[in-house]
Amino acid sequence: MNNVIMSGRHLKTTISAEQIKTLEKASRRENLGRSWYKFSRNPMSVVGLVMVVSLILIAIFAPFVAPYPKHAGPFTDFHNAKIPPGLQYFFGTDVIGRDVLSRIIFGLRSSLLMGVVVLALVVPPGVILGLVAGYFQDTWIDTVIMRITDVFLAVPPLILALAVASVLKPNLWNGMFAVSLMWWPWYTRLVYGRAVALRNEYYVSAAEVTGASTAHILFREILPNTLSPILTKMSIDIAWVIIIGSMLSFVGLGVQPPEPSLGTMIADGSRYLPDQWWIAVFPALAIVLIVLGFNLMGDGVRDMFGAEGS
Amino acid sequence: MTEILTVTDLKKYFVVGRSGWPKRESITVKAVDGISFTMREGETLGLVGESGSGKSTVAYITVGMYSPTSGSLKFRGQELFQADGKRPIRLKKDIQIVYQDPGSSLNPRRNIKDILEMPLRLHQPGKNRLEQIVYLLDLVDMPPEYMYKYPYMLSGGEKQIVAVARALATDPSLVILDEPTSALDVSVQAKTINLLLRLQQEFQLTYLFITHDLSLMRNVASRVAIMYLGKICEIAETADFFQKPLHPYTQMLLSSIPVISEEEEAFKPKKVISTGEIPSPVNLPSGCSFTTRCPFVMTVCREIDPAMVEAGPGHKVRCHLFTQPEPATVEGPG
Amino acid sequence: MNEARPLLEIKDLTVQFSVYAGKLQVLDGVDFYMYPGEKVGLVGETGCGKTTTMKAILRVLPSPPAIISRGDIFFGGQDVMRMNEEDLSRVRGRGISMIFQDPTAALNPVFSIGEQFGYVIKYSAPPGKSLTKQEIHLRAVNALQEVALADPERLLRSYPIQLSGGMRQRVCIGMALATNPKLLIADEPGTSLDVTIQDQVLRLLRTLVEEKNTSVILITHTLGIVREMTDRVYVMYAGDIVEMAVTKNLFSNPLHPYTQGLISTVPRLTGGGIASGIPGRIPNYLTPPPGCRFHPRCPHIMDICRTEKPPTYRVNDDHDVACFLYQTENRA
Repeated sequence: MNNVIMSGRHLKTTISAEQIKTLEKASRRENLGRSWYKFSRNPMSVVGLVMVVSLILIAIFAPFVAPYPKHAGPFTDFHNAKIPPGLQYFFGTDVIGRDVLSRIIFGLRSSLLMGVVVLALVVPPGVILGLVAGYFQDTWIDTVIMRITDVFLAVPPLILALAVASVLKPNLWNGMFAVSLMWWPWYTRLVYGRAVALRNEYYVSAAEVTGASTAHILFREILPNTLSPILTKMSIDIAWVIIIGSMLSFVGLGVQPPEPSLGTMIADGSRYLPDQWWIAVFPALAIVLIVLGFNLMGDGVRDMFGAEGS
Repeated sequence: MTEILTVTDLKKYFVVGRSGWPKRESITVKAVDGISFTMREGETLGLVGESGSGKSTVAYITVGMYSPTSGSLKFRGQELFQADGKRPIRLKKDIQIVYQDPGSSLNPRRNIKDILEMPLRLHQPGKNRLEQIVYLLDLVDMPPEYMYKYPYMLSGGEKQIVAVARALATDPSLVILDEPTSALDVSVQAKTINLLLRLQQEFQLTYLFITHDLSLMRNVASRVAIMYLGKICEIAETADFFQKPLHPYTQMLLSSIPVISEEEEAFKPKKVISTGEIPSPVNLPSGCSFTTRCPFVMTVCREIDPAMVEAGPGHKVRCHLFTQPEPATVEGPG
Repeated sequence: MNEARPLLEIKDLTVQFSVYAGKLQVLDGVDFYMYPGEKVGLVGETGCGKTTTMKAILRVLPSPPAIISRGDIFFGGQDVMRMNEEDLSRVRGRGISMIFQDPTAALNPVFSIGEQFGYVIKYSAPPGKSLTKQEIHLRAVNALQEVALADPERLLRSYPIQLSGGMRQRVCIGMALATNPKLLIADEPGTSLDVTIQDQVLRLLRTLVEEKNTSVILITHTLGIVREMTDRVYVMYAGDIVEMAVTKNLFSNPLHPYTQGLISTVPRLTGGGIASGIPGRIPNYLTPPPGCRFHPRCPHIMDICRTEKPPTYRVNDDHDVACFLYQTENRA
């Protein structure tokens, strides 16, 4: 058919390319402002955000922030071992004389790194599988994907992580791989549920009848409407990944000494409770702070994606 | 005028479940149960009916969301539903739809520019995208600044106008309007309908206009078909349909409309009281499906489903009152 | 209409909503009254504030974000704004009942009709008098018979999902009237129903309220229903009452330019095309236009309209308009 409608005719209004660019910038700014407004409704979310940002900065600038950066590596100083918290060593020293605070800061590094890497490995495949399975619900694609997901979900997660980690050489990367393997199905499940509900929306039908590709429908129409639960889950998951990672290093898998890890520090320090309590308690408090910060921030992320319009 | 759409004995049955034990018979909803009509290029055919009539199903089949259980749908002579079930992209572009609920027909997470860009990207390759979007918005009297707004920032009427612009972006010849103004206030409806009529004039569009509002239909359609439980009861040119409604259901519907002036009140057919409920589409009565509510029901109505007959020039009706050589005994309200 | 005191009186009701960008001026000094036995319509388009006004009467506006900054509401002579919770709960349900647009949303899907009826009847019994299960059941059966629903016993055991839309709305009407309220507020009662069923339901409603002499406020944007069901009509635009008249007179002689515009856009069964509508859109409630809120869209605009808000003038017996075109000494 010839272009009848789109062959153009005299426009009633004119607008220049620069004006359009200005509009675009203005609308972006407004969107950000609106998102921030919704995020910051609850002051605790802002507290969480501050905590998380501080932790990330501390982790990035660890060599400069930690008072005794060398203590994070192979270092011994038996003269200064088991010193309680004081001015020289804020959180005290451990059994071989290493500054607890500095080791926590470097341990934070590997914990956060684990959180970020695991999510980066887990979220994209998990989400894609969920979208595809949900959109093609009741076909063989759905069945195959979701049954595999069910199998992974049926195995107790920690056991799976431990099993995989103990088979591979124990180090941080293999620890991350083990955790990733047990983590992806949760995203598939989450996105599957949303995709099934959304595929019947009229705007999806509108795209289908116009001939949009499946990729467009999955990633441009459905995915943006599933972002809210995904991002909320991600911000809380970082905390959980860190805990699981700590559990792995607590039992000797994952990060190996002398590299500091919050879990290992708790494991080693637990032997010296209650006399040299600082060796185990401060790393544990660090974990609490990380989890708390991410959870509070997660609430704000959830609010940010809340109902639009007045 | 050329015939643009030919529908012959279209049927769409949905299997909704199984009942009984242990035999497990399937429960079928006969959403569309054998309808035939044609559409001429440039006209507006109105499709009227209440919930369960199947009018939206007809719309969705025509635009390609469902495939029919049986029957044929020819667009410009070409059969729309091929054996492999896929519709060629050329036809997807040529038949478009505007949905009833503006709130859910636009993706809330995409702005107007993105929404309009999708059909343009698919069907109008290689041109300046932004220019085209500004042009489309101008066509529907919307200022270009609206490009970066999100649906929730627009009123119901404005959202519906964006839906119209989206439909026009593919340069269609046939546009299906599924209750386009039912969710809108009456003054916004007026604006939207006038826009639609103007666009139709300018681009020789053919409209399949679906609504339950007969007063609106009177002012929009050139021909009207009324559906009840999956079948067409009556079809006629607009003036004829409203001045000489033949089918008892048409009369019932027309006499129930609330109107706002004395002359309309006088124009309405004599009150046909609706008794009883609309039967469930899963459990249709035998014979004519209107027997449970028809005040003129006769014995033959319960036994044989009436066929469509011509009761006047261009005026067809499906009712035993018009297929008998002489009127049989009327049983009275059934 | 008798000269007894009005059943419901709203004076200068002003309501604001707090949102991201500021405060929305939703209602701007609404005046409303009705006498026992009247059927009054409240007409306006989406967003004009009609539902907000009704919710204010029952004090069910969520606040925050709603703020009632000014105004009085009197029901049966009592000050609703300053009532305590106990008196208020007696007004809700026994003094005033409400039926909503979507009967499906108004009925709880996980309870049977009988359970929901029982709840309504039990909690609306006069204080000190508690009803036995049998009495409640009997009243429910009676209520269902009054709304012409067959086989009430079986219906009471059914769940809302088993009923059709028309039946659900009739159940809601039955529940609302079972408590014999003095005032029934019906918010778009027929909108979600098919036309023929809507006709049935509305005729039933009218018969019942006339039998019981219940006062009715009918909120709708469908002018045809207002004409068939009400004695007197208020027209609302953007948080203001712009016109009030006896129904017959409103349609034969609409005075306010908005009312005239509205009536002109209703499609006629007799044909004749559709008017071009009212230019412009409803105002931004954050920064409503100064003076008369309708002035940016008014075909008869005068200078004074831009700066001053028109008071309500009494033009004829029982015909009030808030428009400078009708400036007289008679204030309503």
